[in-house]
Amino acid sequence: MTSREIILFAVVALLILGSGFLQSWNTALLILNMGLISAIMSLGVNLQWGFAGLFNVGIMGFVALGGLATVLVSAPPVAEAWAAGGLRVLGGLLVGAGVIAAAVIAWGRLAGRLRGLVVFVLIVAGFFIFRAVFDAGVDAVEAISPATTGYLGGLGLPVLIAWPVGGLLAAGAAWLIGKTALGLRSDYLAIATLGIAEIVIAIMKNEDWLTRGVKNVIGLPRPLPYEIDLQNDPGFVERAAGFGLDPTTASTLFVKLGYGALFAAVLVVLLTLSQLALRSPWGRMMRAIRDNETAARAMGKDVTGRHLQIFILGSAICGIAGAMMTTLDGQLTPSSYQPLRYTFLVWVMVIVGGSGNNLGAVLGGFLIWFLWVEVEPIGSALMGLITAGMSDGSWLKGHLLDSVAHMRLLTMGLILLLVLRFSPRGLLPER
Amino acid sequence: MMDLLNGLITLANFVLIPALAYGSQLALGALGVTLIYGILRFSNFAHGDTMAFGTMVVVLVTWAMQAAGISLGPLPTALLALPFGIAGAAAMVLLTDRAVYRFYRAQKAKPVILVIVSMGVMFIYNGVTRFIIGPEDQRFADGERFIISARDFKAMTGLDEGLAIKSTQAITLVTAVVVVALLFWFLNRTRTGKSMRAYSDNEDLALLSGINPERVVLVTWLLVAALATVAGTLYGLDKSFKPFTYFQLLLPIFASAIVGGLGSPVGAIAGGFVIAFSEVGITYAWKKVLVYMMPGPLEPDGLVQLLSTEYKFAVSFMILLIVLLFRPTGLFRGKSV
Repeated sequence: MTSREIILFAVVALLILGSGFLQSWNTALLILNMGLISAIMSLGVNLQWGFAGLFNVGIMGFVALGGLATVLVSAPPVAEAWAAGGLRVLGGLLVGAGVIAAAVIAWGRLAGRLRGLVVFVLIVAGFFIFRAVFDAGVDAVEAISPATTGYLGGLGLPVLIAWPVGGLLAAGAAWLIGKTALGLRSDYLAIATLGIAEIVIAIMKNEDWLTRGVKNVIGLPRPLPYEIDLQNDPGFVERAAGFGLDPTTASTLFVKLGYGALFAAVLVVLLTLSQLALRSPWGRMMRAIRDNETAARAMGKDVTGRHLQIFILGSAICGIAGAMMTTLDGQLTPSSYQPLRYTFLVWVMVIVGGSGNNLGAVLGGFLIWFLWVEVEPIGSALMGLITAGMSDGSWLKGHLLDSVAHMRLLTMGLILLLVLRFSPRGLLPER
Repeated sequence: MMDLLNGLITLANFVLIPALAYGSQLALGALGVTLIYGILRFSNFAHGDTMAFGTMVVVLVTWAMQAAGISLGPLPTALLALPFGIAGAAAMVLLTDRAVYRFYRAQKAKPVILVIVSMGVMFIYNGVTRFIIGPEDQRFADGERFIISARDFKAMTGLDEGLAIKSTQAITLVTAVVVVALLFWFLNRTRTGKSMRAYSDNEDLALLSGINPERVVLVTWLLVAALATVAGTLYGLDKSFKPFTYFQLLLPIFASAIVGGLGSPVGAIAGGFVIAFSEVGITYAWKKVLVYMMPGPLEPDGLVQLLSTEYKFAVSFMILLIVLLFRPTGLFRGKSV
């Protein structure tokens, strides 16, 4: 590590420690845990943008797919729902997949005017068969005690398995997008990813049989013990007393530290892999393609193929981070996925940290997440100062104080533009 | 025969007229995107929020006018406030261009850098809009609500089905036609418009023949501000004004511009209507129309709704994917590959 890297990481560590001393250790650990997850997301985006120059604006969608994986893997299965219509729903999905496969095969095998006609008829007829099979199953599943379940549930497996599964789901979506939009203009990938993100969220909000929609899935299993169990464990209480802590504080800190350790382990593994990839011949090839596609193609490199590969890898990392985040929350709330929070904030992290530098992406993840959390208290303090001279109850004062919440977007936009303009290589430039 | 007429009226009431109004709004939005793409050569992610910002100014001026007792009678006051909104949006985009985009233009930065920059601009516009007017829904439509209400139509024609034409829908169509006519007259007949097209077709050749690029860019931003504000205000009058909805409109607007062919104004209009009609058509429950149109035994049992309305974004996305797969340059052969 260079001295610049050490100093900047030390500064971020000091900031987080500072919020621990000034606010509370609970806040500091919350920032640390989400900072770790943000760092993983920005590592994934850095793979796409920093290594390969691909512009992905659908990070929210891949993160949400990770969250979906957590539900599908770890939620307890709802036996009655499966009995009522589970197989029918699965059958419907299989029919849908079969129709698409048949259409693709027909498109490849046939030629001329017949081709368009056959594919069109296949898709239209297939769609109605799909709806006929699928809808009845969905209605049956959603009718099973909708207030508490009303969905199929998951597999009931340990929640840690969901993390790689989240990566796989995101990779699948990325393959679909990459196949259509890569190899065209760079902006097209941006618009296609923007679309897939909106659609993933729309599906999660509306397909109640899958995710309970806006009713949210709560109480997902955890990889760590519950606070209340720790408080009732005499051994734990005794050890906490040894540190001079009361059981309640000790248990919340313990659980948060546990999550922190798990997340840090994932981050270290992914960071090591990314660093190895960056320094390998593969990484050099990627950067060569990024810097001059024409030359790389002339050297016999399969540009579109490599782009597809790295796009899938980066999206998979975002999916893993999404699964981790849902695990940390213990619940899936589809309506909480906001593009400004999940897509554009991660971009700010990558650009500020230094695109093309893995350590930079990690640094940006921590730093920007810290700012995102702390801008609001700082902003309201600042606003309090500005409005201090105004008379109480004046319209402007009330309006300014209410609008502090929107300061975040302004600040993030400003940070992004300033860094792009005056230090486009970020805090830790690519080497 | 009566059944057929009733079916047609239902179709017009629930599909044709709403889609026509929505299509005009999308077309105006897509024209802005396509102009920026043609002249400045990047996809402007801040376009939705430019619309929101311009509309916000219109809303504020409308409120002030309503408070002062100024109105247009049966027409919404917002039409009177429109010039102020356009001026506000124009000031905002010109300021942005001076402070942000000009630097990258001088550097000849890659388009993708400009796209990222426009994302930062989007953040700021979004923050400013929310800061001033807040993230909630705002209603600012006034004047007559309907030209023909469903009940009057039934009384007039004696049919079972009513045809309601909201005044905002009619205003949308009329305004869109006027704006588009003006735009095409400007692009095809005036000297400045011709120089813009020349610059879009071949930058180097245009520069050689003495066209001032900064002037072209300036005029483009003015046009874009006007188009965005008009599109945003019409959408807001027709539905309601909520900043986040305008961000979400970005996807159908981009889809319209790409389906038509990025950089092609005619394409943007065609694309807007293709997207609007597919969105409304696919998310409409066709049962009522089909019951009228079909002979008895063929009448459907279900709602015959292909997709629920929450998936309207999925429709524009699917069309976008199909176009990208089979005809990446769009229907009207835009310049992009």
